[in-house]
Amino acid sequence: MTLKLDKQLELHRMMMLIRLFEEALEEMFSRGLLHGTMHLSIGQEASAAGACLALDKEDLITSTHRGHGHCLGKGADPFKMFAELLGREDGYCRGRGGSMHIADLSNGNLGANGIVAGSLTISVGAALSFQMQKKDNIVLCFFGDGAVNEGSFHEALNLASLWDLPVLFLCENNQYGMSMASDKAVAGESIASRGSSYGIESIQIDGNDVEAVFESVTNFKNEILSSNRPKFIEAVTYRYRGHSKSDRNLYRTSDEIEYWKEEKDPIKRYIGKLIESGVTEEKLKEIDEGVKELIRDSVKKALDSPMSPVTNLEEDSYA
Amino acid sequence: MPELTAGQSINKALSLILEKNQTAFLAGEDIGIYGGAFGVTEGLLEEFGSERIKDTPISEDVIAGLAVGASMTGSRPIVEMQFSDFIVNAMDPIVNQAAKLHFMYGGAVNVPIVIRGASGAGTGAAAQHSQSLESWFCHVPGLKVVTPSNAQNAYDLLLSSFVDPNPVIFMEHKLIYKVKENVTLNPIPKDSSYLGNASVAQEGTDLTVVSYSNMVNVVKEAVAMKELQNYSIEIVDLQTVSPIDFETIKNSLIKTKKLLVCQEAPSNSSVGTTVVSEVVESDLFNVLETAPKLVSGLHSPMPSAKHLESTVIPQKEDILNAIQDML
Repeated sequence: MTLKLDKQLELHRMMMLIRLFEEALEEMFSRGLLHGTMHLSIGQEASAAGACLALDKEDLITSTHRGHGHCLGKGADPFKMFAELLGREDGYCRGRGGSMHIADLSNGNLGANGIVAGSLTISVGAALSFQMQKKDNIVLCFFGDGAVNEGSFHEALNLASLWDLPVLFLCENNQYGMSMASDKAVAGESIASRGSSYGIESIQIDGNDVEAVFESVTNFKNEILSSNRPKFIEAVTYRYRGHSKSDRNLYRTSDEIEYWKEEKDPIKRYIGKLIESGVTEEKLKEIDEGVKELIRDSVKKALDSPMSPVTNLEEDSYA
Repeated sequence: MPELTAGQSINKALSLILEKNQTAFLAGEDIGIYGGAFGVTEGLLEEFGSERIKDTPISEDVIAGLAVGASMTGSRPIVEMQFSDFIVNAMDPIVNQAAKLHFMYGGAVNVPIVIRGASGAGTGAAAQHSQSLESWFCHVPGLKVVTPSNAQNAYDLLLSSFVDPNPVIFMEHKLIYKVKENVTLNPIPKDSSYLGNASVAQEGTDLTVVSYSNMVNVVKEAVAMKELQNYSIEIVDLQTVSPIDFETIKNSLIKTKKLLVCQEAPSNSSVGTTVVSEVVESDLFNVLETAPKLVSGLHSPMPSAKHLESTVIPQKEDILNAIQDML
């Protein structure tokens, strides 16, 4: 598959947006502006950008605690995301969800989930709705390597396969579930082989190659809709930052982190590829400046927006 | 007016819901050709087909989780936990997902699901098939918890639970599956305002017994015993145990000035202790003529043998003794 230049630049822009969004969050955190912790996906931008840009707006995603990239990829407004993290009324969840629970139904994001594997069974239910409503859309379920040892992962895959549900399971294997290395946690051949064991076509891809992710998701989406079978992708990637803000990185070496930053960084690699194919540095700079401006404006607007008022929170629990 | 057990009246309610609402579907273990372990879904597969009566593998986690995902995307799932004890395998989708999403996402989504299950003891099913776990769910903001006591209110409460835009845990005591009564087959209500209302099952002036689920029937038997023929006892059937209708309890206590609460579940952190604490924390404390009393199941797993099981569950004689102590 040869991508059009527009699509390539869109993929680059989205990865930049995700990275700069999270770097801005880090800076705000260090200035003491944010209450609570957060889980950054810096280094993993290719899987979020590649997967989400392969979907239509009407396709749904479910996301994880490390979900800022998924949310942006599916079209969320960075202002409303910053506002959410800052506890503002304009935030996606009016300050009730925070970093870990952003949902953006208008763009087909059923929400980030703080429970590891929590969204797998939800994605199966959403796919069942699509099947019952006879819609030509899929649900893309993001989860991490940590999720594949939860029982709900297995119950969800089994049912999706039995019922031929239009769901694409996408495991972002960043190789650590908090401190637990996935090769110490996952028995058997590979994470992808677990999908196969439920009769679901499963592949392992380079999750830091944004075009590989985009193409795999595009192809699988088409196949899900034509064959009525779920699919499974294991995208191998790596997170540079700790699990959350309290992580001291005692479980891995700085050499390992540096290797991924230097040799495997998804943005750096894609810039190299684009330049090689004739995209000018000026063009990329223009895109990056646009993203920087969007982030600056969004942060400012969020900081200027009103705090979420203290209402009757007990009543807010019920519809 | 047909004479039905609660299982049969719930079947009628499910059938009406499926007929009137094309987005509604059922999912659960053995609910199809088997008709449900207690026969509650009998005939529905034939009537509505396998697209809408969905037999699942034995996977309670995904049964509850798929209900959450389906309800967020325009479907109206009603799912069955074959024995409500098995709901323990589905705590994450219920407690961390269904109950939280409306609040956590700032009101952007609703999770209108009904999770039904057969609860309670008295059938010799022993410790893992006899529990009354309703209090667990009362502790979780975002859930409603409904506990019918007879065929009529099981029918009406199920329709209202379906109409409600929130996740509802619907606990069907196994013993109410065995009792027949005349049931008025009301239409589906426009709103769910019937939830959260207690009913005065019997009027009286000397003492109020607050109860719920099948224990209401045991209380009725106790109150009918000849030892109490000269007394006038009021029985309040909570019907919904989260939220609890304290208004009805209050109105009753202003009249009777004595409170006894009866439940099958153990007392620790239970519906009964909530009722008592709410009453004694309020102005009603000054109205009460005696200390409130709580008759509960023992803090013990349910034994299998009949004579041991009936030791754990409050019997009508235990309730009679408590009432006599208070009068």
